[in-house]
This record gives sequence, structure tokens and C-alpha cells, in this order.
Amino acid sequence: MTAFLRNTWRGLTSMRTALTLLFLLALAAMPGALLPQLSLNAAKVDEYVAEHGWWGELLLKLGFFEVYATPWFAAIYLLLFTSLVGCLLPRTWEYFKQMRAKPVLTPRNLSRMPHHVQAELDVTPEEAVARAKKAMRGWRMDTGEGTVSAERGYLRETGNLVFHFALLGLLVSFALGKMFSYEGQVIVQADGGQFCNGGIFNYDSFRPGLRVDGTDLTPFCVEIGDFSAEYLENGQPVGYRADIRYQAGEDLATNTWKPYDLRVNHPLRTGGDRLYLLGHGYTPTFTVTFPNGEKRTQGIQWLPTDQVTLASEGATKFDPPGVTDSETRRKNQIAVTGLLAPTPLLHGNILNSKYPALNNPMVAVDVYRGDLGVDDGRGQSIFSIDRQMVDQGRLQKVARKNLALGEEIALDDGTKVRFDAVNDWVSLQVSHDPTQGYVLVFAILIILGLGVSLTVKRRRVWVRATARDDGRTLVEVGGLARTDQAGYGEEFTRLARAVLNEEKS
Amino acid sequence: MPVDETLATYSDWLYRSALGVYLFAILLYAVEQAFSRAPRKAEALVGAGAPGVLADEPKSAPTRSERIGRMGAAMTVLGALLHLGSLVMRGLSAGRAPWGNMYEYMSLLCLAAVVTWIVLMAKFPIRRLGVFVLPPILILLFLGGTVLYAESAPVQPALRSYWLVIHVSVISISSGMLLIPGVTSILYLLKDGNSGRFPKLPSADVLDRMSYRTTVLAFPLFTAGIICGAIWAEAAWGRFWGWDPKETVAFVTWVVYAAYLHARATAGWRGRGAAWINVAGFALNVFNLFFINLVASGLHSYAGL
Repeated sequence: MTAFLRNTWRGLTSMRTALTLLFLLALAAMPGALLPQLSLNAAKVDEYVAEHGWWGELLLKLGFFEVYATPWFAAIYLLLFTSLVGCLLPRTWEYFKQMRAKPVLTPRNLSRMPHHVQAELDVTPEEAVARAKKAMRGWRMDTGEGTVSAERGYLRETGNLVFHFALLGLLVSFALGKMFSYEGQVIVQADGGQFCNGGIFNYDSFRPGLRVDGTDLTPFCVEIGDFSAEYLENGQPVGYRADIRYQAGEDLATNTWKPYDLRVNHPLRTGGDRLYLLGHGYTPTFTVTFPNGEKRTQGIQWLPTDQVTLASEGATKFDPPGVTDSETRRKNQIAVTGLLAPTPLLHGNILNSKYPALNNPMVAVDVYRGDLGVDDGRGQSIFSIDRQMVDQGRLQKVARKNLALGEEIALDDGTKVRFDAVNDWVSLQVSHDPTQGYVLVFAILIILGLGVSLTVKRRRVWVRATARDDGRTLVEVGGLARTDQAGYGEEFTRLARAVLNEEKS
Repeated sequence: MPVDETLATYSDWLYRSALGVYLFAILLYAVEQAFSRAPRKAEALVGAGAPGVLADEPKSAPTRSERIGRMGAAMTVLGALLHLGSLVMRGLSAGRAPWGNMYEYMSLLCLAAVVTWIVLMAKFPIRRLGVFVLPPILILLFLGGTVLYAESAPVQPALRSYWLVIHVSVISISSGMLLIPGVTSILYLLKDGNSGRFPKLPSADVLDRMSYRTTVLAFPLFTAGIICGAIWAEAAWGRFWGWDPKETVAFVTWVVYAAYLHARATAGWRGRGAAWINVAGFALNVFNLFFINLVASGLHSYAGL
């Protein structure tokens, strides 16, 4: 049994196994780049599964759409992890032993070494040894009877161990990060809209780590002031910025606001949380004047359907005011849907957008009246109306018109819908990852360790001085690079020249 | 910021001239390769660290084919200078680092490959291999200048960061450097196991050493490039690592090159095994460049097409 365990452990920690595991890791990671992933785009996964029938279903069951969360991916990297630890422990032990060891004795036959030079000099063996010691200053040396053995490049192993331990550290921090991090997205109206990191219900979408339940978020609040975007003539965006105010920590108690210039690539960092400006869009405001004279004004974000021209679609929904009977109220709801063009381009009556900035924006609206279906318990998109209600005839299109700012459309029952204004909205992301600082530190150690271990060479030099009968001394220099031989030749030649002092036989 | 059209035009001219000069260099290398004899034994030994040689290696008068080969090398240097000029003009015309779309990225990558090649030529007696190394670079440059070509223009907001200068240049340069060991590893696989085969190629040992030394320089750089990318992603996208297709393939490529370095120190994998892994790493790099940018859609879709 112990033999079995020992053999398994040896097998697992052998370089061959490590190589195989590395290949498996590479292979297993690939589907994540080739197939749509749930974490990146769930809609695309649904589409893929629907398109590929049983094959899609099989891939879904095997976890190919969430590769990095599957047991088989975890199995590979945990095995690799174990293999790495198993390899590192004995090496570290070996490393500390070697740090105190003396360079190996001079071999009998130096001419067998890959690098070897010899010469007869007019010096005593003692002088030759002294000269060799001088030439090899900085090397770890050991002198014997008429010989010097020297070794250098211990940093290589140091770098190697630093790299591998840093890799372990990075993986552990990364894994811990997945436990305690969260990411939430929310759309906030510019020109005064506020958002507070009080709980997950303040978000439009929230992705918690495995150990985050959303009850313990660091509180902070932001208020979006002015949003501005700059575009090139062809509509390509040049820059977005939002002037925001925020309060965090003690400022919450004293209600103090601090200003911040939030831009792409320039997130707000506050108390372990980061706030990002991800994108923006437009919010049209409509005022509905009901037959009884009451007015309701609403503005809600519409969704950009063209990322270049920011032509946006959406649905702004109204409840009739002052109706106490829920049945009547439900059947007389109004939705203003259609297309918003920030810079209108009209082909006859067909509206489109030709530029993303606001220049006399227009909307092409379809006004619906009836039961929006918002009360039936099913969730519905804020960007569209429930098509089922239209198909069932419970929601009817009652008007269609292109409206410029300030223009209005009159319905058959005297209701009027006016297009008042267009404002900006911004989409924000709050990210929290308590371990990313450690990840960065380990990443830097990885680069350092790697650089050192791949550039420093472990190499040895031996010198032997033997007195000849004629009073001269035969000095032999031998060299061996313990790792990669390449590039050692030049250094060896230089050393040998110094030892032999150009006095060749 | 307005684009300086004149400089942009100069940049395009320089790019085309560089291509022409590279092509000419390939022809010269080809002539040398075709008309030279197989290297003598002594020459083959120099790379292997001949023992006991303190004196400089003896120089004999160059033959005609050698002179042509040297012209090829000189043309390569000239091409690289024109190429560099084209990149500089591109940067000046757009007022930003000249690696903001796929055309420019490819151009920088190829320049890095050519420069690596020039350095290797100075260190190893392998000049004639230019006939194998330059063509893939030329093909990439040609594709870059035709299919992927993009007008000089400012970049979108997400790319407006000094990390564009750091991350993209480091990744591009290290990928360009890794192109060379990719080619020499293929040559190694052709040559290995039968030194009589392809007598005009350098010995398998020299090829292996070239691959290793270049990879060993490029790999830490590639690692640093990925890490810079992660730091930038943290500032731009809200997370330092998110398994975006480009990130994933870069990770896979990194793992494969790590496997290469380990394989070279493992009995049974040294030599052919390691060479195959290096070729695989190179293939992944190309795949990451074309497939992921052009076919898969992800956050790195800045191809500008």
C-alpha cells in the first residue's frame, strides 16, 4: 500500500506527468475561446444550443459553455497544482542544502569538459592558483591542492523557485478572489441620477462570488452629473466622461460629496470597490396628457440597437392616473415604443439615425393602449412591450408618427403624447475583488523569477596547476555549464584568458 | 485629433518599399542557398562551442555566393529601417502609438521578427536560413497591407490609455520574436535524425539552440505582456482576467511555451518533442492573431475592419 502511494506520488510529481497535465490544461481551456460561454454571453449559448440540437445539449451537459467552472477543468488544474507542489518541496530542500555546499572537487581529467584550455606558464603552481582566484572573484570557490573549483549562477535556481512559488500564490489568490468578489451592473440617468451600493436589488444585474450573499456590501453612493461624449465625423467615439459626485465611508454620515471625473480607463476606486463607466445611451422623455387633463411625464432608458449611430429602441410605459378600479387601470395602460434617432436621417417617412450625438433628435413612435401585462407576475423587459399581449389583442396599436422635440401625437380618445426631451444614461459597473492586489504582487514576482531563471546560467570552472620537471607550470582550465550550454563559451574564454594571461605555449 | 494625411501616405509608401526590399532580400538568400556548397565540418563545429579555441576563427575570402548572401543580409537591414520608418510615420500621422489596429499590430510584430532575425544572423552562422525565415514574415506583411489594411485614424475610447503603448507593444514584439523559433523548429524537424538530409541546413543542434535562446528571451516578455494586459483590463473592463477569447488563447499559448521549456529539460521530450511543441505554440499565436480577431467576437475585437 505504501509502495502504491509512493509510486503514485512519484508518478504525479514527475516532469513527464507535469508536461501531460500542462497539455491537458491547454487543451481543456481551448473550448472556452471557441464556444460561447455563459459567463460572457448567455444569450449566445442559448442560440448555439438551439441551433445544434442534441450536440448542443450534450455540450451543455458536459459543461462546455462554462469551461472554467467545470469539475474536469478543476481536476486538471488541481492535479497540476499538486504535481507542482510535489516537485517544488524536494527542490526547495535541495536548494537550501546546495546553498551551503562547496563547489565540487576538480575532476581528474579536465580535458573531458566541454570547455577546456591549457597552457604552460613561467609561474609557480601557487601563483597560478592565486591568479585563478583573482580571476574568479565573485564566484563561489573552493581551493584544493593546486586546484581551484568555482561555481556561479545559483540565482538561476532562486529565480526558478520564486517563479513557481509565485505561480502557486497567484493561483491561490485567484481562487480566493472567485470566492469573495462580486460584480454588479446598473444603468443610471445622467443629470442627477443616483446609485447606492446598498444591496443587490439596486443593481440591474449582479454576479456574486461563491461566498458573497449580497448582505455585506461596502456602502457608497454616487450621483451622475453631466455626461459628455465626443465623436469623430464618422461617428467613432473619441471619449466619454461623466462628472460624478460620490460619498463613501465617513462622508456618508456627514453627507459630504466628493467630485470625480469618471472616464473609460479611469475608474473610481473607493474602499475596496471600483466603479467603472461602461457605456451610455439615451433616455427620451414623454408627457402623456390624459383626456381628463391629468399629465404624466416619464423618462426611461432606451437600448442602443446600433452601436455606431446610437439609434435606440425602447418602450416607455404609463398607467392611467386617478383610476381606482384596478381592472380599468390595467386595461387602459399606454406604451410609447419605437425608435429614437439622436441625429435623424429621414427617407420619406422612415426614420433612422446617422450620427451618435444629439442634433435635433427625433423619435418614430408606435403608441399602444390596453393591457401591458406588467401585473401578471411574469417579468418583462423594460426595453419592449409584451408581444403576446399584442397577439392576443389585449394591447392595440393606436397611433404611429414621427416626432421632433416638442411635437405631439393625439390619440382617438383625446389622449396626447408629447416628446419632451432626450437625456443621457450611463451604464456603470461596480467590481469588488479583495485579492487582486495579491494577484498583482505574485504576477510581478512571476516576471522577476522567470527573467532571472531564464537569463542566469549555472556554470562551473576548474583550474589545476601542476608543476613540471622543467620548472614551468601546466595550468589547465575546464568549464561546464550545468544547464543550457549556449553562450557560456564567451565567458569561459574570457576567464581562461585571465587565468592563463595570454601566455600560451 | 486630426490625422496628418501626408505622413500617413509616406508611411504607406515606406511600408510598400520595405516589402519590396524584403522580397529582394529573399531572392538574394535563395541565390546563396542554391549556389553554395554544404558547410564544411569546421564551420558546423563553431556553433557547438569548439573546445580549446582561444584564437579567433580563421577567415577565408568570401565566395561569390557568400557575397550575394551578405547583400541579402544588408537588404534585410535596409528593409527593417524602411519598415521602422513606416511605423514611425504612422504613429506621427495619427498622433498615437502606431499599434492601434490589426494592420499596425501586424506591422510591429513583423518588424520585431525581422530584428530578431538580424540579431540571430549576427550571432550564428545561419544567414542563408533567411530564405525560410523571411517568407512567412513577408506573407504576414502582405496580408496586413491588403486584407487588414486600415486608414490612419484615432482609436476608440477603450484604447486611450498608456497601457496601449505598453501592453500591445510588448505582446506584439514578443509574438514577433516567437515567430523565429517557430520557423527554426520546423527546420529542426526536417533536419533532425538524419544529418545527411538537407545538407545545406545548419546542424539540428544549432537549430535547436537558436529556437531555445530566442524562446527564452521572448517568453518572459510574452508573460509580461499578458500581465500588462491584465492590469489594463482591470482599469478598462472592471476585471483583470475574464476568459475573453483572446485572453484564453493567450493563456493556452503561454501554457504551451511553458511546456516547451519543460520538455527541453525532460528525457524523451528533448529534441523532436520540444520542437513540435514550439511549432504548436507558434501555430496558436497565428490562430490567436487571425481567428480570434476576425471570427470570434470578444472584447479584443479592435481589428478595425
